Amino acid sequence: MSGGLLFRGGRLLDPRHGVDGVRDVRVQDGRVAAVAPSLTVPPGAEVVDASGLWVLPGLVDLHVHLREPGEEGKETILTGSRAAVAGGFTTVVAMPNTRPVNDAPGVTAFVLQRAREAGLCRVLPAGAITRGLKGEELTDFGALQAAGCVCITDDGRPVMSAGIMRRALQWSCQFGLPVMVHEEDLTLSAGGVMTEGLRASRLGLRGIPASAEVAMVARDLVMLEEVQRARLHVAHVSCEASVRLIREARRRGLPVTAEVAPHHFSLTDAAVEGYDTHARMNPPLRLDRDVAALREGLADGTLDAVATDHAPHGVLDKQVEFSRAMNGVVGLETALPLTLALARQGTLPLLRAVEVLTAGPARCFGLPAGHLGVGAAADVTLVDPDERWTVDAAAFESKSRNTPFQGMEMTGRVVQTWVEGRRVFARARKGRQG
Amino acid sequence: MTVVASVGRSLLGLEGISRPALEHLLARAAEWKRAMGDGTLKPVLGGRFVANMFFEDSTRTRSSFEMAAKLLGAEVLNWTARGSSTSKGETFLDTVRNVSALGVAALVVRHTASGCAQLAAQAVDVPVVNAGDGTHEHPSQGLLDAFTLLERWGRLDGRTVVICGDVLHSRVARSNLHALRTLGARVVLCAPPTLMPAGFDALCETRHALDEVLEDADAVMLLRVQLERMAEAFFPSAGEYARRFGLTAARAARMKPDAVVMHPGPINRGVELAPEVADGPRSLVLQQVANGIPVRMAVLERACA
Repeated sequence: MSGGLLFRGGRLLDPRHGVDGVRDVRVQDGRVAAVAPSLTVPPGAEVVDASGLWVLPGLVDLHVHLREPGEEGKETILTGSRAAVAGGFTTVVAMPNTRPVNDAPGVTAFVLQRAREAGLCRVLPAGAITRGLKGEELTDFGALQAAGCVCITDDGRPVMSAGIMRRALQWSCQFGLPVMVHEEDLTLSAGGVMTEGLRASRLGLRGIPASAEVAMVARDLVMLEEVQRARLHVAHVSCEASVRLIREARRRGLPVTAEVAPHHFSLTDAAVEGYDTHARMNPPLRLDRDVAALREGLADGTLDAVATDHAPHGVLDKQVEFSRAMNGVVGLETALPLTLALARQGTLPLLRAVEVLTAGPARCFGLPAGHLGVGAAADVTLVDPDERWTVDAAAFESKSRNTPFQGMEMTGRVVQTWVEGRRVFARARKGRQG
Repeated sequence: MTVVASVGRSLLGLEGISRPALEHLLARAAEWKRAMGDGTLKPVLGGRFVANMFFEDSTRTRSSFEMAAKLLGAEVLNWTARGSSTSKGETFLDTVRNVSALGVAALVVRHTASGCAQLAAQAVDVPVVNAGDGTHEHPSQGLLDAFTLLERWGRLDGRTVVICGDVLHSRVARSNLHALRTLGARVVLCAPPTLMPAGFDALCETRHALDEVLEDADAVMLLRVQLERMAEAFFPSAGEYARRFGLTAARAARMKPDAVVMHPGPINRGVELAPEVADGPRSLVLQQVANGIPVRMAVLERACA
């Protein structure tokens, strides 16, 4: 311990510092002490042979549902943390739509306490914008931030009242707290269960038009322009037109950031065929042109982060009529290979693919994570870039199995995950590839 | 991705069913109709049970399936489920599994949720006949409508069938669209923009006024307009709807001389269909009801084969 730790001979991919090359990374007291092409092993140091592996800053997920307190049958902070580190994530932001809702400092403290007990990854709570997520009364943003919340959001529900939303943006300015928004005009989504279009029409499923999302993005960008110093973060962007609006707002210098979920840039509504409830989520899977726009948004920087919207549900929530199934899929254990696939396909440069899982999301919320500069926390994810594996939900660390990627082949897999110089995950490996 | 239209002997929908398969089923229906007429019915399903599982209210479809099963010699287990609002999903699958475990030869399932027939078919080994699932399909209705038109015309090739009304919420429209097109007809959907399913213009012609297609039509199939849709602003009033989409006597007079009028029932007389047209010489409404029985006999025979 006192001798520290040396990650030796791996290919370091650190987008924040523009590094892509073989580097040794020395860790002392849980922090990065030195990064260089070749470092001597300090006496007593533990050496981690990273040759043939990629060394990434620990991944950051701005959007997970850990279900605790209240729905521990689906996930707990412990099982969610296990899923996170197995997927290479060392920092996750836990959504407040628990039971009770995280709309008061006591709930925030409970989440942090459970995360400490789990002792695996950093679990950063998100507080609610409105009490009980009802969209009516604002929570105490300052008290939530003091208790440890890193953003506020009513995720899972929109703030339907423009008036309340405007006040939330205004109030948040005092604390520099990002306001994360689930953009959905409920009068437009109106009971829809998949994206509007020919497929929904054929299947006889009620469609959700793109305007349900886009109109709300437009509304909030207009208000952001009026409210100085607020920070808006658009959750799970799914539509081409939303990307366009956000791109334009950023060109004009508005303080807006945005994230996209792996399922939205990997799948279209074709996955719903056969009434597969594992393809039901909100926002819904969209069309080819939306997938193309989301990828373009990641490439040109309009979209800052890949965030999983990890949403565990039990078998009984999904083994029902499509129109009655719960929304959401688990994502922590498949996000990395799905994002790396964008680099392999030539959609993103490799460093950019790593950035949207590390420095990109960290910057959205101003988190001191997502890079391996000297002095940074030694959160490290080691990846075998060539390992091919088949998604088997039964083998997930998550308590839930609701993935639309079951049986699909992935390339690239997390081998080890370290948080502050402590190994929190190691996968048994079949053999090393050079 | 392939369309699962029938799992084995199940009949889940008409989309993706080939023309020969449709023609075979309709030919069997014609034979059953003949046998009913000349008193040569054989109880091919004697000693077997068909379960009618209606999770949504229905009178004519349920009665029609019941008569069809009994004419084939089967016993009918009528299961009327009243699912609880919170756990209808579990109840539905559990109920389907339980009834199938009784040893019935086929399940006839109607449900308010699209995809339910397929969900049931995946859960049990017994063939499932979709008697209407949400706004997805109502295959036996599509078959009986095709049967009724074939009986009249011999072939559907080159004929124009206008399906007019609340297409968005109509499983009858979808099943007819698929079957009639497969059988060679030109199908034109006619609905207000609020009640036209998104993207269907990629499948067939679509119109937003009955007058635009009336004179082209060899058949006009009116769909029931549910007046409760007004609460969701799908249309402002029955009058506004009827002015563009109602088949009035004046409109019927402008149709081709031998063109026919159909309706799956129940009719809102005076809204989508004028009483004098419903009861007039163009109307095939009662033939549709009568033909439902031999068509469903053919469907049940295929399921239980």
